[in-house]
Amino acid sequence: MDLLRIATAGSVDDGKSTLIGRLLYDSKAIFVDQMQAIERASRQRGDATLDLALLTDGLRAEREQGITIDVAYRYFATPRRKFVIADTPGHIQYTRNMVTGASTAELAIVLIDARRGVLTQSRRHGYLASLLQIPHIVVAVNKMDLVGFDQAVYAAIVANYTAFAAGLALENLHFIPISALQGDNVVEESLRMRWYDGPSLLHYLETVEIGVGRNLTDFRFPVQLAVRPNQDFRGYAGQVASGSIAAGDEVAILPSGLTSRVCSILASGEPAPAASLGDSVVITLEHELDISRGDMIVRKGQLPVVTDRLECTLCWLSEEVLVPSREYLLQHTTHQMRARILCIHHRVDVDTLTHEEAATLTLNEIGQVQIQTARLLFYDPYTANRATGSFILIDPYSHNTVAAGMILASTPPVAAAPARQTSTTANRPRSTNVTWEGETLSRQTREVHNGHLAAVLWLTGLSGAGKSTVARLVEQRLFDLGCQTFYLDGDNVRHGLNGDLGFSAADRKENIRRVAEVARLAFMHGQLAICAFISPFQADRDLARLLIPQGRFLEIYVRCSAEECARRDPKGLYARARRGEIAEFTGISSPYEPPLAPEMVLDTERTAPEEAVSQVLEELVRRRIVKLPMG
Amino acid sequence: MQVQQCNDLCANLKHLEAEAIFVIREVVAQCERPVLLFSGGKDSIVLVELAHRAFAPGRLPFPLLHVDTGHNFAETIEFRDALAVRTGAQMIVRYVQDSIDQGRVVEEQGPNASRNGLQTVTLLDALAEFRFDAALGGARRDEEKARAKERFFSHRNRYGQWEPKQQRPELWNLFNGRKHVDEHFRVFPLSNWTELDIWHYIRSRTIPVPSLYFAHERQVFRRNGVLLAASPFVPRFYGERVEMRQVRFRTVGDITCTGAVESAATTVEEIIVEIAAARVTERAARADDQRAETAMEDRKRQGYF
Repeated sequence: MDLLRIATAGSVDDGKSTLIGRLLYDSKAIFVDQMQAIERASRQRGDATLDLALLTDGLRAEREQGITIDVAYRYFATPRRKFVIADTPGHIQYTRNMVTGASTAELAIVLIDARRGVLTQSRRHGYLASLLQIPHIVVAVNKMDLVGFDQAVYAAIVANYTAFAAGLALENLHFIPISALQGDNVVEESLRMRWYDGPSLLHYLETVEIGVGRNLTDFRFPVQLAVRPNQDFRGYAGQVASGSIAAGDEVAILPSGLTSRVCSILASGEPAPAASLGDSVVITLEHELDISRGDMIVRKGQLPVVTDRLECTLCWLSEEVLVPSREYLLQHTTHQMRARILCIHHRVDVDTLTHEEAATLTLNEIGQVQIQTARLLFYDPYTANRATGSFILIDPYSHNTVAAGMILASTPPVAAAPARQTSTTANRPRSTNVTWEGETLSRQTREVHNGHLAAVLWLTGLSGAGKSTVARLVEQRLFDLGCQTFYLDGDNVRHGLNGDLGFSAADRKENIRRVAEVARLAFMHGQLAICAFISPFQADRDLARLLIPQGRFLEIYVRCSAEECARRDPKGLYARARRGEIAEFTGISSPYEPPLAPEMVLDTERTAPEEAVSQVLEELVRRRIVKLPMG
Repeated sequence: MQVQQCNDLCANLKHLEAEAIFVIREVVAQCERPVLLFSGGKDSIVLVELAHRAFAPGRLPFPLLHVDTGHNFAETIEFRDALAVRTGAQMIVRYVQDSIDQGRVVEEQGPNASRNGLQTVTLLDALAEFRFDAALGGARRDEEKARAKERFFSHRNRYGQWEPKQQRPELWNLFNGRKHVDEHFRVFPLSNWTELDIWHYIRSRTIPVPSLYFAHERQVFRRNGVLLAASPFVPRFYGERVEMRQVRFRTVGDITCTGAVESAATTVEEIIVEIAAARVTERAARADDQRAETAMEDRKRQGYF
C-alpha cells in the first residue's frame, strides 16, 4: 500500500468539507460514534440535514462561525492506497494555510461551484498550486445537482479554467463533475451524468501516478546531527532529500568541498546497502571529517548551487509585515542562518497574476525578492528539488514562522566548492591536461531565471535560401519577448573564430564542428542559440545534434530551389561561382544533402519571411521551449 | 536478514517511520532538554522504538517521563518498568498523588471522578522541575478532531497552553523549534499514523505491547454504554452489575476512564483484522472524551497531553 498526500482548496460555500465528509463516509472511514457526534451537533444547531462539514471543522471557533480556520488533516484508506488530506481554508485571509497544507501535497483538489463558475478564488488556488509545484491538480466541479447535471455548464467551466491554466505551469490538470452532497462521481460513477466518461474522484485518486516530480537524480543529504556513541563510530544522521546513494559511492561535503566515500548506511537503525529519497538513515564515511548539522553531503560531481544571495518567491505568512531593514532567520534544510531581504522586485496580485511595485509584503501576499544570507547556502531551484529549493523565514524576536520561500536562481554566484567534474562526452577532441570546470549556475537554474528553456535552432539550406533573414527576424522576435538569444551566422564566424578554414569538405566539417561547440556552450548557459549555416552534409548536422539533449535541437530546413536562390543571389555569389571564381560552391560545384528528418521545413519560395518566423515561434511555443505572454 | 525485514515494510509504513525518525532527530538537534512522554500505551511504545532506531547505534539521548495517576492498570506499570530495564532508557516517574498531597490540585468527587484531568498539573510541574523544553508525545491526528489540527512541533506558551488560533504555519519538513525561555514544544512524530498503521508497525517490527491489548477474561461493568474494568478506584452505582467477560483494551489509559471492548483477538494479526472491521473509533471507549463536544480542545488549551 502506498500513500498519497492531498490538499483540498475551496471555501465552505463550494462544499469542500462536505466533499471530504462524503469521501470519508462513502469509503467507510467514518465511524459510528463520529457519525453520532455529528448527528448530535447538527440537531443542536437546528439543522434539518446531516452536516458532513462538522467532521472536519474541529475547532470551537470554526463550529461557531461555520467556517474552516486552520488546516485539518484527515486520513482514510482504500484497499489500494492510504490518503492524507490536508483540508485547507479557501478564504483569501487563509492563503497562509493553503500554502501550509499544499507544501507537502502531491495532488490538489480545487473545488468550483457549478452555479457560480470560475471565480477569482478558483484562480488563486490554481496559482498557489502551480507556485508550490503540486504535480497533479483535480478541478472538481461541484453542485452539478443544482444545475440539473447539465453538460454545457460543466464544459463551459472546463474551457474557462483550461484557458486560465495555460498561463501557469500546471501540467497534469484533470476535471471531474461531481455532487458532493448527493455522492455523484465521488466514489461511485454517476448515473445522472452519463455524458461524462471519466473516472469518479476516488477512482482517480486511487490510480493517479505517485512520485511525479520527485528528484531521483541529485543525491542531497542535509546532515541533521552527528551520531557518535563511542570512539569507533562516527555517523551522520539525516533524511535523504533527493536522489540515492550506496556504500562505496564517492561524495562531496559542503561547504568544505572535501570528498570521501560512503562506508556504511544504517536505515532506521538497520544495515542497508543503499539509501534513497525519503529514507531516514545514518551514513558513515571512510575519512574522519569535521561534519555537523547544516552541512550537506552530495554525490561527487553533482553539486547544488552554492551562494549567499537568493532570488526567490516569498509568501508572507505573518500579521507582522515584512521589515526590509530587519534581519530574519532563514531555515533551509537543516541549516539556520541570518538573512536580509535586499530588495522586493514586485508583488504578485494573486487574482490577476499581474506584478505590482511593493515596498513590503503583508499577510498572505506573495512577491519576488532577493535575499542576502550571512552564510553560504547550498540549493537547487524549487522547480528541480522541492526539499533543497524551499526555506522559511523566522522572526528573531517573536520566533514565529513569518514567510515561506521558493528559490528561483542566484545572483551573483559564489565559486563552488573545489570538487571538479570530468566531462563525460566521449569521442570529442580534447586538449590534454584540462578538466571540465563544473558550473556553479546550472543550465536549469538559468532556464528558471530566464523564464524559457534553452535550445539550439539550426537553420540549414542553400546560400540565398533566406536562412540569415529568417534567423535575424526570429532573434528579434525572441529578444522582444525577453528571451536570452545568441546568434551565430556562417559569414560572421569565418571572420574570426574560423578565419583559418577554407571550403574543402574537411574544412567545412571543422567549421561546423566549431560552430556546434559554440552553440553548445551557449545552450549550456541557458540561451536560445540560433545558427544559420549552409551546413550541407547530414553527417555534420548530426554531429551538432549529438551535442544537445534530445528535444532541444531543432534542425530547420530553409528550403528554396537552386534556381530561385540563383535568381535572388543577394551577395552575387552564384554569378561568381558560375564564372568559376568560387571553387566548391554548394549547389553548383559542391553537393547539398537536404535534411532527412528535420524538425521543421520553411518553404521560402512560397512563404514570406514574416510568415516563416511566425511558424518558428509557434513551434517553440508548441514544444514549451518559449511561453508567450498572457493575455 | 535484518535488511530484508526493513524492505518488508510497505511503502506507507516506511514513509511514516522515516518521517517520525526525522522529527525525533529534529527535536534533539533543535532543543536543549527533550523528554519523551511515556504513557504505557501502544503509541508511546512505538515512539520509544522509533527513538531507539533514530539514534542507533547510539543510546537514547533523552529520558522518558511517565505521569502516574495512581489509577493505572497493574499491567501498565509492570510493562513500563520492564521496558526501562530492557531498553536501558532512563524512566522518570511523577505522581498525581504528590500533586494532590501538595494541594496543587483537588481530586474530583463522585462515581465518575477521574484523575485524567489532574495529570496536566503534574505534567507541567515535572516539565518545569527538569526544565524540559520539548516533550515528545505519541498523539496522532486521526484520534480526535482537535488533534487533527495539531502541528508536528506544537508550540506551548509559558503556561504550557496550546493556542489553536496562533499556531505557527508548518511547511514542507522545515520545523521551527525556536522559542522563548519558559516556553516549550509538544512534538508529535506519529501525527500522520492511524490506529491501523500502529498495529501494522507493531507486527512488522515485532514490538512487545502490554497484555491488556489482547483478549483476556476480566471483571467489568457497563456505564453509559462503556465497559469499565471493576476496580477499587471506580465506585459503582446501585444496579451496576459486575460480570466476567472476554475483553481487550483498544487504548490504555487511566483505569477510571478506559473502556474495554469485547473481543476474542489474542494476537496482533487478529487485532488488525478486528480494527480493520471496526465501526467505532478507539476513543469511543474513552469516557473523558464523551464529556463535551470540544472536550479534547478544551483540555489541550490547558496544557493536556
